[in-house]
Amino acid sequence: MATIEISCVEVWREISNYLDREISADLRERMEKHFSACAHCTAVLDGTRNVVGLVGDGTLFQMPEGFNKRLYEKIRNLPPSAPRE
Amino acid sequence: MSAIQSQSRTNEAHLIKRVCDGEREVFYELVRPYERMVYATAISIVKNPEDAEEVAQEAVLKAFSKLNTFRGESKFSTWLIQITYNEAKMKLRKAHSNLYESIDDTQQSEDGEFWPKDYADWRPIPSELLEENEIRQAVQDAISALSANYREVLILRDVQRLSIKETTTILGISEGSVKTRLHRARLLLRDSLAPGIDGCWIKGQPYKKVRPW
Repeated sequence: MATIEISCVEVWREISNYLDREISADLRERMEKHFSACAHCTAVLDGTRNVVGLVGDGTLFQMPEGFNKRLYEKIRNLPPSAPRE
Repeated sequence: MSAIQSQSRTNEAHLIKRVCDGEREVFYELVRPYERMVYATAISIVKNPEDAEEVAQEAVLKAFSKLNTFRGESKFSTWLIQITYNEAKMKLRKAHSNLYESIDDTQQSEDGEFWPKDYADWRPIPSELLEENEIRQAVQDAISALSANYREVLILRDVQRLSIKETTTILGISEGSVKTRLHRARLLLRDSLAPGIDGCWIKGQPYKKVRPW
């Protein structure tokens, strides 16, 4: 059976869900077919994937120096945690 | 739940019980894996490092004093992030910056179609490059420029890597809203980051337009 074609606008709308694998197998197949033929949408896909990789890098937000020390000092000075209710 | 996840939850439950039984120093062990997560959540909302540290520390202290109310219905990390999120929002309200926030929010409407800008062929930025402060700053600035709606979802999903379900719990919004906002946030970030610093990420290779309109 032939896959129904899909427009660029429809592809953009689903790019994030595509990356998260939050779409049906059928839509996935149609999008992949579209990517293989459309440089514009492939560029948007690659760029969006780059963004996800960059922000998820884990070193993006650096903890301020001495954060732990200051935190542990505060915890030490707290009243004891209440027993379970 | 995988065997490892299940084991770590059992281990956490055990640590929590020990803290509630009076072993305060065990609390350090419990929160240590999530410190960065707490700080990142705080800074994504309050934006400046001083306020973020204050919020992050307040959130951890609150978690300690309320640990006896944690029932284990969600993961400990989700609960901790939720406390951080609430603390950060409270901090914003105290600073009267909710006024600015609402102005900010109207600029990026969730309605209507979003047309990604025409940047072709964005070569992947290797993650080692994040070591360079300039690039890290560019990514942080781009995230800061997002409106709160988008920024919060992006931080929870893509920075903290929480599931859609965990994100709905923390933000109190529907699964559909999580997906829509995340989508928009990612495309907006792409639009602001694709041209790179000084218009290009790799020297001597300017970006070409590919779309003919």
